[in-house]
Amino acid sequence: MTKPLVATGHFTGCFGCHMSLLDIDERILDLVQLVEFDKSPINDIKTFNRPVDIGIIEGGVSNSENVEFLREFRKYCKILVAIGSCALTGGVPAMRNTVPLKECLQEAYLDGPTIVNGVIPNDPELPILLDRVYPCHEVVKIDYFLPGCPPSGDTLFNAIVALLKGDALALPYELVKYD
Amino acid sequence: MSKDAVTFTIDGVEVKAKPDQTIMEAADAAGIYIPRLCYHKDLLPGGHCRVCTVRVNGRPANACTFPVNSGIVVENDTEELKALRRDIIEMLFVEGNHYCPSCEASGKCELQAMAYRLELLTPQMPYAWPKRELDATHPDVYLDRDRCILCGRCVRASVQLDGKRVFGFENRGAQKRIAVDSATGMGDTDLSAKDRAASICPTGCLTIKRQGYLTPVGKRPYDKVPIGSDIEKKQAAG
Repeated sequence: MTKPLVATGHFTGCFGCHMSLLDIDERILDLVQLVEFDKSPINDIKTFNRPVDIGIIEGGVSNSENVEFLREFRKYCKILVAIGSCALTGGVPAMRNTVPLKECLQEAYLDGPTIVNGVIPNDPELPILLDRVYPCHEVVKIDYFLPGCPPSGDTLFNAIVALLKGDALALPYELVKYD
Repeated sequence: MSKDAVTFTIDGVEVKAKPDQTIMEAADAAGIYIPRLCYHKDLLPGGHCRVCTVRVNGRPANACTFPVNSGIVVENDTEELKALRRDIIEMLFVEGNHYCPSCEASGKCELQAMAYRLELLTPQMPYAWPKRELDATHPDVYLDRDRCILCGRCVRASVQLDGKRVFGFENRGAQKRIAVDSATGMGDTDLSAKDRAASICPTGCLTIKRQGYLTPVGKRPYDKVPIGSDIEKKQAAG
């Protein structure tokens, strides 16, 4: 029997959730026994070319590229798990949500106290910013949520193993945190 | 217990209470925890948040304001009420701007703790992202309305415990917000950081300056045990 395929992805956030995934320490050896990693920043596979069993995504959705990749994750992953505050709520990047985008750009690139001859970046290569930062579930359907900033290594390991075994996910109280 | 004590049940458990107690007070004394947010034992109940909704003889009622009565049948720890309370907590999260990872109240916040207790993994209702005003004019206390859940604890504490009138509500409906007793900001009110009103906020809306993040993660009140454990411990101890 072939091993289940796992993909991981990162949108608008700090990569802390992926760091936390590495924080499962030597259990990562158990994990690679259980699964095969497909598209992921961990192995630098950049594109999907086959269906994947479990997709794990961190980060909120703040620009056109995030939307495109998130939709791709939904298309290729049978189960999509959102992890961490940014994916679940928009997180710290969503602090811009109460300020109009134009004002954010103006302050960051034109009016800030350290800016000389500022210009708002407009290279066509750059993804277009959205009006605000969206949690992943407001863009595609998400099957499971794991809160935390980041979720601890224990939280991620327990959840992934439960998902692979088809067990009910029963995380102890101290592993479910919003921060 | 005087001879005019009343007896009633909460989830089938017999509870004895004084006739002038509310369901909440009697439950607390008996070591039964009823989830709550706007209630505080040192304040008159406000009945604002409805998290403490129980069924009394089948009808929904606020445990914090409903007086005990002999023979009433109270339902508290049921799946239905848990789901209802979880919905209230979820609505409070999406209608404010609650950034838990960067909030100094995280770990001691009663809104967050209630979400943990009621097993809300994440709010999924649409976020409102309201524009709320921050008031940092006071030398010792912040008022960050992003985090306000309109529980009115500060309003009640200022009047009932501090003998002042620093806080009040203004506007109605979605525009309702906490106001301070000065047009120029909280710095021009007679609020002191020592006032009970300054530290009775269940969230991080009112916080004392220069006190944030003093308790390390892992040692904060709700890191290891759910909110209400102190009340339930009384029951376990007999």
